[in-house]
Amino acid sequence: MTEETVTRAQLSEAVYQEVGLSRNESAQLVETVLKEVADALADGEMVKISSFGSFSVRKKGERIGRNPKTGEEVPIMPRQVLVFRPSHVLKNRINEGMQALETRETGE
Amino acid sequence: MTKSELILRLAALNPHLYQRDVERIVSTIFDEITAALAEGHRVELRGFGAFSVKRRDARIGRNPRTGTAVEVAEKYVPFFKTGKQLRDRLNGGVDTPEDDDDDDV
Repeated sequence: MTEETVTRAQLSEAVYQEVGLSRNESAQLVETVLKEVADALADGEMVKISSFGSFSVRKKGERIGRNPKTGEEVPIMPRQVLVFRPSHVLKNRINEGMQALETRETGE
Repeated sequence: MTKSELILRLAALNPHLYQRDVERIVSTIFDEITAALAEGHRVELRGFGAFSVKRRDARIGRNPRTGTAVEVAEKYVPFFKTGKQLRDRLNGGVDTPEDDDDDDV
């Protein structure tokens, strides 16, 4: 997979290009969107973004784990984990994109 | 919270923006993430989490009802890893250890 990494900077730039607000305000809005999603999840709410995917919080019970280095048994406390379920639209877009990429690479 | 509820919240926080623009802002963000992943790129949003694409090799699967073997083609799947800050928030602000040695986001 290509090494390129997209960060907040590229998302802000896309909002700037697409909506025509200032760069500063575009960056703030990206931050607000992430904050609103994180706040909802922290409240235990599920977040469902149509044609992208859904984020939900799952509770995990206590279990006995093992330190992989020492083999020592350690209790893993009950905790909450975030689960992302991609939508079919997202999965299809990724597979179409990656297949096109493979064809381009082998076709050269 | 759905995408439209997210748009409403954002619009309420930014009364100077047109609802139409708020919709475009939210769509642009998720479209941009989708487009990056479709190119095999990684999307890293510090404190929130990181999206990446993983390859699943072709395999022989089985229809669980009939037991018949079926060929499952190679495919790519999106993967999300929760950022440390959000993971800690989900656990009442307690410092939570990671499952593996991957770099924290």
